[in-house]
Amino acid sequence: MIRVALPAHLRSLARVHGEVTLDVAGQVTQCSVLDALEARYPMLRGTIRDQRTRKRRAFIRFFACEQDLSHEQPDAPLPEAVVAGAEPYLIVGAMAGG
Amino acid sequence: MSGVRVLVGTRKGAFVLTSDGKREKWDVSGPHFPGWEIYHLKGSPADQDRLYASQCSGWFGQVIQRSVDGGATWEPVGNEFSYRGEPGTHQWYDGTPHPWEFARVWHLEPSLDDPDTVYAGVEDAGLFRSTDGGRHWQELPGLREHKSGPSWQPGAGGMCLHTIILDPSRPGRIFAAISAAGAFRSDDAGETWRPVNRGLRSEGIPDSDAEVGHCVHNLAMHPSRPSVLYMQKHWDVMRSDDAGESWREVSGDLPTDFGFPIDVHAHEPETVYVVPITSDSYHFPPEGRLRVYRSRTGGDEWEPLTKGLPQEHCYVNVLRDAMAVDSLDSCGIYFGTTGGQVYASADAGDNWEPIVRDLPAVLSVEVQTLSGTGH
Repeated sequence: MIRVALPAHLRSLARVHGEVTLDVAGQVTQCSVLDALEARYPMLRGTIRDQRTRKRRAFIRFFACEQDLSHEQPDAPLPEAVVAGAEPYLIVGAMAGG
Repeated sequence: MSGVRVLVGTRKGAFVLTSDGKREKWDVSGPHFPGWEIYHLKGSPADQDRLYASQCSGWFGQVIQRSVDGGATWEPVGNEFSYRGEPGTHQWYDGTPHPWEFARVWHLEPSLDDPDTVYAGVEDAGLFRSTDGGRHWQELPGLREHKSGPSWQPGAGGMCLHTIILDPSRPGRIFAAISAAGAFRSDDAGETWRPVNRGLRSEGIPDSDAEVGHCVHNLAMHPSRPSVLYMQKHWDVMRSDDAGESWREVSGDLPTDFGFPIDVHAHEPETVYVVPITSDSYHFPPEGRLRVYRSRTGGDEWEPLTKGLPQEHCYVNVLRDAMAVDSLDSCGIYFGTTGGQVYASADAGDNWEPIVRDLPAVLSVEVQTLSGTGH
């Protein structure tokens, strides 16, 4: 079970409270987690990454286990602690004012 | 029983203001989508409970929301706006080619007769249409692919398609306006387009009466006389009596002819409203006095409307989509300011009252005149 923490605006859009938990089939990567997230919550499509290119939106960051994974390859395996559900995968709106 | 529903888009959410036909007491609902920019909300003329809203954020991009119960509840629908084919380039601010990139939806224009059909004007300038209630969007690429497209440049607010007007007497005729390309017309439901800017003069472009390149801020039409159009240009208030084929200036005795919104009285096609703004350098009312100007002669002769509006120390702006009229017997006029006030007049502009004073900066105001069966 993968734990995903969304920023407040996306929790409102998806109408969820707290963390989201997802079953991810196969290898657990940023791409497979986001695929599972968007399949469960289609209203999030386009808000985290481009719908066609799947490129991360500029002001979105991905953190886990106190690391910034934003610039890692989307198909790289996520840390074991995330795979095991011990640590959440954090989707974060970049600090940019507003 | 009749009433009105005022739909207000702001920098930090949407608000729905409702009243009965007297328009004295108001119920304020919101913020809907708090924290998000709501560029525009509009109701379907064919179903007063069907609303569409453009919700966006620099972080999370574009979302389209739809309500089927007059704004009581909303659901996100489709938000994929992909230009058809290889979109090519337009000019950037510095004159270099810049790829067409979708940024946001500025304006939603529901069909006059089908609640599931809605048009979207977007930045970078393009026109999209949904025929399934907003679930899927297809570009009508004929406008963006006009031969002048590669020469279009953004206005200060971005290269946005901000105005869409559907001609009620001639199905298939659509007017659109783009900053800073100008006004365009289609007579075949959006398949092909041509510029309709003859008579415009703009000092900020190399050829002041060029076919395109004008910073048109807003267009207005009275449905009973769709060949008459009014335009608030960057500078100049203009009028066309031939569906945009030619324009003449009707700024007349306005204190300044710079401004953003323009609208027409619901029952008097020659009665027009503008909000003069000092200049392109000073986006606030002249002398710190907020005045709506009304012409009862289709332009040229204008009168200031001030009763109930601040007449000192007022330095707000009124943006291009932030004025609307209802169609009750005594025509109501509404506008919102960048200071967060929404003003209403239930007597065609003679007297004004604020409905709310402290919203976030208002981006858009639309109004629906309700019959008794609505929510």
